[in-house]
Amino acid sequence: MSSPVPAVEARSVVKLFGQGNAAVRALDEVSVAVAAGEFFTLLGPSGCGKTTLLRCIAGFETPTDGAILLGGRDITAEPPNRRRVNTVFQSYALFPHLTVRENVSFGLEMLGRPRAEIRDTTDRMLALVQLDAMADRRPDALSGGQQQRVALARALAPAPEVLLLDEPLSALDLKLRKEMQAELKRLQHETGITFVFVTHDQEEALAMSDRIGVMSGGRLLQVGSPRDIYDRPATRFVADFIGETNVLSGMAEGAVARLPTGETLALPAACSGPVTLAVRPEQLRLAPPWEDGALRATVTGATYLGTDSRLRLRLADGTEMVARIPSVPGGESVPAPGTEVGLAPVRGAVQVLAE
Amino acid sequence: MSAAGLAEQARAARRARTGWLLSAPALLVLLVGAAGPLLIVFAYSVLTRGEYGGVQLPLSGEGWFRVLFQRDIFDDTISLNTAHLAILWRSVWLSLATTAITFVLGLPTAWFIATRPERTRALWLFLITIPFWTNLLIRTFAVMEVIRNEGILNSLLLRLGLIERPIQILFTDWATLIGMAYVYLPLMVLPLYAAIDRFDMRLLEAGYDLYASRWRVLRRVVLPLIRPGIVAGCILVFIPSLGAYVTPRVLGGGTNMMIGNFIELQFGQGRNWPLGAALAVTLLVVVMGALLLYLRVTQPARARDE
Repeated sequence: MSSPVPAVEARSVVKLFGQGNAAVRALDEVSVAVAAGEFFTLLGPSGCGKTTLLRCIAGFETPTDGAILLGGRDITAEPPNRRRVNTVFQSYALFPHLTVRENVSFGLEMLGRPRAEIRDTTDRMLALVQLDAMADRRPDALSGGQQQRVALARALAPAPEVLLLDEPLSALDLKLRKEMQAELKRLQHETGITFVFVTHDQEEALAMSDRIGVMSGGRLLQVGSPRDIYDRPATRFVADFIGETNVLSGMAEGAVARLPTGETLALPAACSGPVTLAVRPEQLRLAPPWEDGALRATVTGATYLGTDSRLRLRLADGTEMVARIPSVPGGESVPAPGTEVGLAPVRGAVQVLAE
Repeated sequence: MSAAGLAEQARAARRARTGWLLSAPALLVLLVGAAGPLLIVFAYSVLTRGEYGGVQLPLSGEGWFRVLFQRDIFDDTISLNTAHLAILWRSVWLSLATTAITFVLGLPTAWFIATRPERTRALWLFLITIPFWTNLLIRTFAVMEVIRNEGILNSLLLRLGLIERPIQILFTDWATLIGMAYVYLPLMVLPLYAAIDRFDMRLLEAGYDLYASRWRVLRRVVLPLIRPGIVAGCILVFIPSLGAYVTPRVLGGGTNMMIGNFIELQFGQGRNWPLGAALAVTLLVVVMGALLLYLRVTQPARARDE
């Protein structure tokens, strides 16, 4: 990474739940470094280990093996209350017996900060999340979105080195979720605190993150910018999980891969042997079936989605494909089911996946 | 006011009347079953004592007078009755101590049960309630067996060489205290368990995450949130402790009386029913006072500043 000392780092972290043969490997040799001031997202389906990794950083779980470093210092053995790390919990976990203000100032009080500083910082945090007017209410008198803001303000108030967010937006409705995504980005920008964000929502991850780590089965499969992950998925899992993708298998013959249909696709780099290829639906273009480099396909269905149409097609060998065809104003409608068409990948659209 | 408003008011009044009518049976039971006997007891306390027990006319303040005072048999000088005061004081401090001990023992016990897996929790609760199956008197004798001079506790301590001669516990206030703490512990554990069961354990992590030590999480997060259970447990233990009769009688011996034993004495051997009745009313007033005080102290839901 570019930064000399990562804000937070996991070194070959292994976490086993249970004993002996029945043990579940929740984290399998996970190593990742998050730079200071970065918005880093751990993305994966439920049960992939992303929350376990977050809990190892927070100190609620102790890694079976490996180390957690905070600002270059090994904190693996430190209890949660000694780590300069705060968590925004999925359930918010606001203290129901305390007011909004008391919730936000709790961390500062526990750190033994002077009274005046606690008051000023709390005021600043309440203003930051626009809850000044609600300061004396109890959490149960707030809406879900407001509770979310309190949880954020509470975790940000002690100015942690790293803020951990465990699927914080999953309980909100779609509209509120979009608002909070923007809000989170703003907060991160204004506070300059390193965010480690856990989500299973790939759209959320793409929209918010500086970098994304995709996890599955306790392993970190790929780390990269949203563009990297989307445009150059390293594995079939990543390609499948992030957005929609068409996966084809073929036999590489130098610069091209021969598909089971006998047709060929140009490869980004020469290789040989069996390969798995990925092409994004929106990077496929409709062409005359006889065009050079186009795959012959039969349209099996179409859905009009406004900005584009989602076309389902079948290749000669029966492989199902999906293409997204942009809507053109006043343009012709998409081909009807049964039509023979050509499918041409745009330049650089074909990606070779590691299995 | 609009016509609709008036009609609404009339309906409300009718509802209130029907309400009274419907609750009449319950009120009758309360009147006959609770208020009635209390009135009789109070009436006894202001009558003259009968020669061989019972009460007779005329009205007299002697029963109440004797709750706290005594009259010298020779010169009729009035002084505070220190023996009575000692009994009252012993009742209060033993009850407070019992409440404190059961709380300190009951909180970890209740916490332990509430944090067991769902399947085994019922078993633990069942174990807690087992003593209730046995008669109080028998349980008290069992405690006696443990703490008497040749009992299990003393022989164990002797065997271990921790003491040279048996410690006299039986027939002291300590024996009463041990006995009451043992008998009333489940009454503390059960409401505490109910409160802890409702407690959101995720708040513990939130507390640790925000730099609170275990002790401070307990004090700032757990205790305020399980307060209803604490209040209920303390009331359930303190009140029966104050009126305890069997335990101090068996374990405290004849001399270390609590107010319950003292009341019994007046109606029995003492043949002073007015005094017994006055003492009973006094006990009632003390309990009510303690209850009100406790509710007053714990009522404001606001967590106090440190």
